[in-house]
Amino acid sequence: MEAGEDTAAPAPGDAENLEDTQFPSEEAGDGGGVHEDPTDLGDGSLEETGSGTNDKPPSLLSSLPQSESPSCNCELWDPSASENSPTGDPESGSGGQGGDPSDEDWRSKRKHVFVLSEAGKPIYSRYGSVEALSTTMGVMTALVSFVQSAGDVIRAIYAEDHKLVFLQQGPLLLVAVSRTPQSAAQLRRELLAVHAQIVSTLTRASVARIFARKQNYDLRRLLAGSESTLDRLLDSVERDPGALLLGAVRCVPLARPLREALGALLRRCTAPGLALSVLAVGGQLVTAAQERSVLAECRLDPADLQLLLNWVSAPAFAAGEAWAPVCLPRFNPDGFFYAYVARLDAMPVCLLLLGTDPEAFHDMATCRRLVEDGMHNLGAMRTLGEAASFSNAPSANAPSYSVQAVGAPGLWHFLYKPLDIPDHHRQLPQFTSPELEAPYSREEERQRLSDLYHRLHARLHSTSRPLRLIYHVAEKETLLAWVTSKFELYTCLSPLVTKAGAILVVTKLLRWVKKEEDRLFIRYPPKYSTPPAASSASIDQASHNGLFSGP
Amino acid sequence: MAQAAGAPQPGAGPPHVFKLVLLGSGSVGKSSLAMRYVKDDFRSILPTVGCAFFTKVVELGAASAKLEIWDTAGQEKYHSVCHLYFRGANAALLVYDITSKESFRKAQQWLADLEKESSPGEVVVMLVGNKTDLGEEREVALEEGKEFAQSQRLLFMETSARANHRVTEAFSAVARELLRRAEEKEQPPTPRGGARLALNQAPAGPARCCAR
Repeated sequence: MEAGEDTAAPAPGDAENLEDTQFPSEEAGDGGGVHEDPTDLGDGSLEETGSGTNDKPPSLLSSLPQSESPSCNCELWDPSASENSPTGDPESGSGGQGGDPSDEDWRSKRKHVFVLSEAGKPIYSRYGSVEALSTTMGVMTALVSFVQSAGDVIRAIYAEDHKLVFLQQGPLLLVAVSRTPQSAAQLRRELLAVHAQIVSTLTRASVARIFARKQNYDLRRLLAGSESTLDRLLDSVERDPGALLLGAVRCVPLARPLREALGALLRRCTAPGLALSVLAVGGQLVTAAQERSVLAECRLDPADLQLLLNWVSAPAFAAGEAWAPVCLPRFNPDGFFYAYVARLDAMPVCLLLLGTDPEAFHDMATCRRLVEDGMHNLGAMRTLGEAASFSNAPSANAPSYSVQAVGAPGLWHFLYKPLDIPDHHRQLPQFTSPELEAPYSREEERQRLSDLYHRLHARLHSTSRPLRLIYHVAEKETLLAWVTSKFELYTCLSPLVTKAGAILVVTKLLRWVKKEEDRLFIRYPPKYSTPPAASSASIDQASHNGLFSGP
Repeated sequence: MAQAAGAPQPGAGPPHVFKLVLLGSGSVGKSSLAMRYVKDDFRSILPTVGCAFFTKVVELGAASAKLEIWDTAGQEKYHSVCHLYFRGANAALLVYDITSKESFRKAQQWLADLEKESSPGEVVVMLVGNKTDLGEEREVALEEGKEFAQSQRLLFMETSARANHRVTEAFSAVARELLRRAEEKEQPPTPRGGARLALNQAPAGPARCCAR
């Protein structure tokens, strides 16, 4: 409450002041000046005088010494706190009001992601309250518009251990401030995913319309309730980076006959205007079927599918049958589909039915009952339930397997993305990876593993000097990454393994994947379903919705 | 699609089906009320996405009614699709949070929106002040809610989904009113006027019963 009152009012004025005060330092020098940028971002809202910032910021950024002596920290920030808060109470300035840029906890985060409007209005911040950050965001807008005024576009700022990546998408500005080893390209992809998530709830057209009408519109009003989805998306990068890093979806390991039977079932169960049906467990794909009448020409983009998988695994869908508009940004960023989402049989099995008719709820509900009955007949519920309960990881209900299954001692973890899928043009990019077990059960270790994968990925896909094979002996593990025309593979091995041993392990792994590929991947995706006579109606409906106005 | 008590039969027979929508601004407890009523469960739920659908059969003496409950998202981004949920609704619970004046103001707006979408007197509307368990933080007095409900001829009740206070009563009161109206409709023609008259009388009963 206090944070909101404190900062909401003075924000616009501060932002203007900052344009004057901060720019000289930005211009000051190529090397030194740039180093100061992230510190300005952090300090900006409070330290408007700027004197002495040169000494403080490095230590504050890494948040090391001060964190041990909060009282000293408190004094340090006292003047600014009183400046910002009407009460002048030092506690309100230094306390854990999350999001206050002076807050140690906030500063110590490895990566911040911000979304703001062109006018500098805060829309989203991964950590802390956006209200407390309006000045910080003002600085970002200033940076962007300053470079813009010179007819250029700011893409990234490298400052010591920080990377700042900027991405402009229509009237929205997305910024990542990161100390992770992620490359700028990887961070940019993450920002694009955040943008796609926003578009999926609002559509690009309506965001553009809103800001065209009122430049300083507070988009938070419309995004309310979606922040947690964005949080989950960003967290997944740290915990389980495969999907975003490889641009692929993860499938539930399942015997091929059952998966094909389920695919056939989905194709059989149609409803008017149904475009896409997806069965998922714990955010992983079981199978999907596309309707020819709606999606014949446009293949479903994996990024859109991943977005849907991420979306339906939200806890908000745990109860009842849900009916909500959703936009697929890659398919058509300006139109809405209508999604029916239900957990089947009180299981973690989730059915998503995507259609074009906003009033088709009851048709979809009928379709769901058909799917449910069919699944009972196949005995699929039990199998999927078992698959889901295998995992004892905290991210429960995510079907998985142990790395032990490979039978290659010394192999700790891996990511494998096949590139040689039959019928490739219609196939979905997929990947597989085992459950995160010891030594990657703790949060910090997972983060470290994610960092390692990001490093390897960045090296393999470096634009200046791409590599095919990396063998790297790190402090706690040995890493081997390999891209061929058939697969992309990242492995994490025991640090004691020799080079010959590593090659042996990888050979074993490849042999295992080959043997299991029918279970790990959707090798033969279901053909299009053949809808009944209702197909023409659904096309009418689609054009009526403006969904297919584009090319 | 709107099973507006179509072809109702007196006494035994298929239960009446009524469509009930939960309306109100964000985080006033619409989903919690629905969860408490349908599953007798309370947990902190995340904001509803779009809307969630539940059904529940209510037994009221000899008669029974099937409620199709549409729990809508309070978030503004879903307002544009809300008329979908309004359409054909027989009843609406207009929920506000007694600890938030703003949510009470919004509830009045929701009423206006609802009236735009339906002809007057067609929909049974109950104003629900939720979160009575947070009595110390109360911003909207019981009287305030009651007065507004009376002025607009709405049913009224204060509830707590967390403490399971009067949740079932609220839904039952609405169901009872729906059944009463449905039966009235079956009676020889007093078409529009009859319904209006019923509305006039409506608030007196339930409003009295919940004044503790």
